[in-house]
Amino acid sequence: MKNAQRPTPNATPAGPMPITVEDVSFTYPSGTHALRGVSLRIAPGEAMAIVGENGAGKTTLVKHLNGLLKPSQGRVLVGDWDTREHSVAKTAARVGYVFQNPDDQIVERTVGDEVGFGPKQLGRTEAERAADVAAALALVELSDYAKTHPYDLTTAQRKLVTLASVLAMRTPILIFDEPTMGQDARGLALIGGIVERLKGEGRTVLTITHDIDFCAAHFGRVVVMADGQVLADGAAADVLARAELLATTNVEPPQLVRLAQALRLPRAALTVDGFVETLQGSRGAGGQG
Amino acid sequence: MIHLRDVTYFYPRATVPALAGLSLDVPAGQFCAVIGANGAGKSTLCYTLAGFVPHFYRGKLTGQVEVAGVDVPAASLAAIAGQVGLVFANPFNQITGARFTVREEIAFGLENLGVPLDEMRARIDDILSFAKLTELAERSPFALSGGQQQRLAIASVLVMRPPLVVLDEPTSQLDPIGSKEVFAVLRDLAATDEATVVLAEQKLEWVAVFADRVIVLHEGRIVADGPPGDVLASGDLTQYGLQPTRYTQAARAALAAGLRRDSAELPVTLEEAVEYFK
Repeated sequence: MKNAQRPTPNATPAGPMPITVEDVSFTYPSGTHALRGVSLRIAPGEAMAIVGENGAGKTTLVKHLNGLLKPSQGRVLVGDWDTREHSVAKTAARVGYVFQNPDDQIVERTVGDEVGFGPKQLGRTEAERAADVAAALALVELSDYAKTHPYDLTTAQRKLVTLASVLAMRTPILIFDEPTMGQDARGLALIGGIVERLKGEGRTVLTITHDIDFCAAHFGRVVVMADGQVLADGAAADVLARAELLATTNVEPPQLVRLAQALRLPRAALTVDGFVETLQGSRGAGGQG
Repeated sequence: MIHLRDVTYFYPRATVPALAGLSLDVPAGQFCAVIGANGAGKSTLCYTLAGFVPHFYRGKLTGQVEVAGVDVPAASLAAIAGQVGLVFANPFNQITGARFTVREEIAFGLENLGVPLDEMRARIDDILSFAKLTELAERSPFALSGGQQQRLAIASVLVMRPPLVVLDEPTSQLDPIGSKEVFAVLRDLAATDEATVVLAEQKLEWVAVFADRVIVLHEGRIVADGPPGDVLASGDLTQYGLQPTRYTQAARAALAAGLRRDSAELPVTLEEAVEYFK
């Protein structure tokens, strides 16, 4: 994304945009086998989280979805596009990617220019860009910082700037790599709200996260990775309850699931409200708690 | 080990102090967690303990800062570095860029301390194994994943065995069990009196389980200070921009729904929550 390419007019495509990952393997030039035969189908509008230990291949996988990396074997389709046949700049109009480290992403000298960078690459007019930037900065609550140099902000704020940069591109698919890293309670609520809003608009939201409680609160589907492979893939409520499987890739179930399991409740809820309901139900049925 | 008295600090050109009349005493061997919203002063406190404030950041520091018997504002950074190890929030700021492999990176600090070669080798092997970096020892520090780099940053500080270890959100990129393991190691370091530990963190579940003491910072001041159970169950936590653990949240919700009537102390850890709801 750092290499400015020619603007791509009419880049924002209409219609549903599924992602298909077909038996993808990837080996870095250093010889590290980062992906080994990964297959996934992500339907338009899905909210999916990828979890797993450090070095499992999570970031390598998502960098395949926007074409930053091309498979050594297998193929990745975004809509009807094979990522090998299109430039990263073109694929970026379909898939917005927020880097794990904001400093890998930021190129401009003001927050406003940074957030306007993507829409500019997409060939939007100045008026359209101004509207995109204003809307995106409002969403991350940084409207007052449009003229600030990104490096005068804290790391947590810079992460929100990179989030806004991707929101401003209005892509049908968004990928957030560790969005909650370094965020406090307010930042967590803000990002959670943005994810919910995007889901409400029917957009596909993918995340990599180590914050399993955040994952449980907002993502309906969870993919578990280890050693370049998919260990499990399914509904969050099922996958996040599989403590033994998760432990093999250094992940624990969410706090509420561990509590429900320790109390031997009939159901492991993913939200505080769900937990209280389950507690109510089990006490009603069992007479006493 | 730490003695701060009326410490106020302004970054250059700042009009609002990052630390505002802060006083704090931490005895040797304590594992003290510092929590608070972003901008509350956690990183600044870490930098002050390690002498980066004021020696690197400049600005205006008043009050008394004494760490391991060293008068920090008066001492040289080199003198402070022998007593305090600082792990930065972002491992990119920690990695020297002057070494080609993970092993050499970890050796860097020991070389500067003049540790004999045999001892250096043994200490490096131990810390590589602790940080689960043995198999990556010959790789470039820049060819590691984010979490692996963060483990390297922690390892290269711990290998020097400083009497005071200060860590600024050192687990932000670590996987969940890896984070918990780092907390457990810090608890053990403090419990065996090998080091005093000050840790700025957001992961309140592990703060609750492992820390001896929790300090809440808000606008450069200490607004709460005590054992984790007291501080983290307090109703004031949210007003300082902190989210209680899901265990405390679930207990409050159960109380509100009339499922619990008693005034038992609210749980902050899994173990306490199991006891509470049983």
